[in-house]
Amino acid sequence: MSALGTYFYNIFHSLYTVVIGMKITIKHLFTRSATVQYPTVKMKIPERARNRLFVNIDDCIGCDQCSIACPVDCITIETIKSTPDMDLGMTSKNTKKRLYVPRFDIDIAKCCYCGLCVWPCPTECIVMTDVYEFAEFDRQNLIYSFSNMTVEESAAAKERLEKYNGELAAKKAAAAAAPKESPVASISTALVTPPPIKPEPPAAEPNKG
Amino acid sequence: MEFIQTLFANQLLVSILLSALPLVFIVLMVLVVLYTEMKVAAHIQDRVAYMRTGWHGVLQPIADMLKLLQKEDIIPTKADKVLFRVAPFVAFTGTYVAYAVLPFSSMYIGSNINLGAFFLVAAGSLVVIGILMAGWASNNKWSLFGGIRSAAQMISYEIPTALGVIIVVMITGSLNLQDVTKFQDGGIGNWIVFGGPLPWTQKLMLMPFTLVTFIIMFVSSIAEVNRTPFDLPEAESELVQGFNTEYSGMRFAMFYLSEYANLFTVSAVVVSLFLGGWSSPFASFMSGPIWGIFWFVAKAYLFMLIQIWLRWTLPRLRVDQLMFVSWKVLTPWLFVCLLAVGFILVI
Repeated sequence: MSALGTYFYNIFHSLYTVVIGMKITIKHLFTRSATVQYPTVKMKIPERARNRLFVNIDDCIGCDQCSIACPVDCITIETIKSTPDMDLGMTSKNTKKRLYVPRFDIDIAKCCYCGLCVWPCPTECIVMTDVYEFAEFDRQNLIYSFSNMTVEESAAAKERLEKYNGELAAKKAAAAAAPKESPVASISTALVTPPPIKPEPPAAEPNKG
Repeated sequence: MEFIQTLFANQLLVSILLSALPLVFIVLMVLVVLYTEMKVAAHIQDRVAYMRTGWHGVLQPIADMLKLLQKEDIIPTKADKVLFRVAPFVAFTGTYVAYAVLPFSSMYIGSNINLGAFFLVAAGSLVVIGILMAGWASNNKWSLFGGIRSAAQMISYEIPTALGVIIVVMITGSLNLQDVTKFQDGGIGNWIVFGGPLPWTQKLMLMPFTLVTFIIMFVSSIAEVNRTPFDLPEAESELVQGFNTEYSGMRFAMFYLSEYANLFTVSAVVVSLFLGGWSSPFASFMSGPIWGIFWFVAKAYLFMLIQIWLRWTLPRLRVDQLMFVSWKVLTPWLFVCLLAVGFILVI
């Protein structure tokens, strides 16, 4: 094309393309907008969305596996051993609870929602819920405490454990003082320290009964 | 105007009142245009814009304005203090002065001088000084770039604008915008875009040239108010915010107001030069001083809508492209139109 031809072609082309562009934009002007008016209208989130953690403390056996799995260390668990005379009950999965859990804190501000804590849980008590609106003005409010034990209760549990350990130590000392008298007895008392683990009741048992 | 004069019977008071009238209009118009711009912009991009302040966010422009008024007025330490302070007001004055010669209605024109169109072109250049002043005084590279680009752009595009005005003036035989509008009164067929109220042979010959003039005038008027696709002075991807980067609060608001007031001015000029200004498109139906204001504002608003529409359609031009368009396309074509119109009017 000659220089003059290019010149006229460019002018025509620029006007023509502007018209094409304006046609597209006007079409969008009258299409429905894609915006969801968030606080008033909420989008449906996926069924298995990973959002705020929730712990069903009644099922927690204090195994600490979630805390170990956590890549950002946002779960803090403290446990107190129970004495043989106390019955902590069963979880809903029929696991015997042997530890008190006086502290189960999740710093949700640190949480990265990876869900790695959910899978190792043997009793499925730590789960991710679909709650995603939990903003706070104070960062301290984002540390969630799930334990339902009061300070007095945990103090009492600690005291019982110390008393039990003390008794155990006294027994041990007594056994050590007279080792030749009954070696079998001394061995059996030494083994008491964690109460002997009973085999788990078979899951099929309720059906039988 | 005579009515207001008899009401107050004080020449000074009347002139103050009359000169303040467009200011009230500008503020109200800017609120409406801001809202329109945001809504159109959003809907073109399939969004919804303001929704929470009032019904569909109608109060948002007012809230924005109040926010700007409350903001701190920051002046950089290294800035040229005096120029920095004065610049927004110079820019706004340049814009505001143009309102003196806009014929809002057959009964209202700020100043009925016989050099209206000429005055308008001259006053439009004053805005350049304000913008250049702001760019220089900010002592900021981006601001200076913006200011210089703006000066280059506005001066270049002044020429097509002036030529377009000359063509219309050749047809109407008057520089007074009121007379230009009166010349086109009497229905859509009398508008200069369609050749004006001339014998039909002349009209038919004039029509293609006036149409081209009208389009060129429209393009150059967009360039003169620094809007996309000609928004090089405030090209945010390259120059942060151009000449008003360092401005905040009230002074920034002045620039903003000036920009939108200018938008109306150029639309109003195109309307009164080519589209019959305040005259009704249906001849004597719906015409009169009050309807005149309605038609004038409605036509200008339509033009602003097209400018907004263009803004969200086109990307920004390069600097050399901008100059190419002005000097190698618009100006020569207008010269051709000028010659042709002159020839047709003579025969």
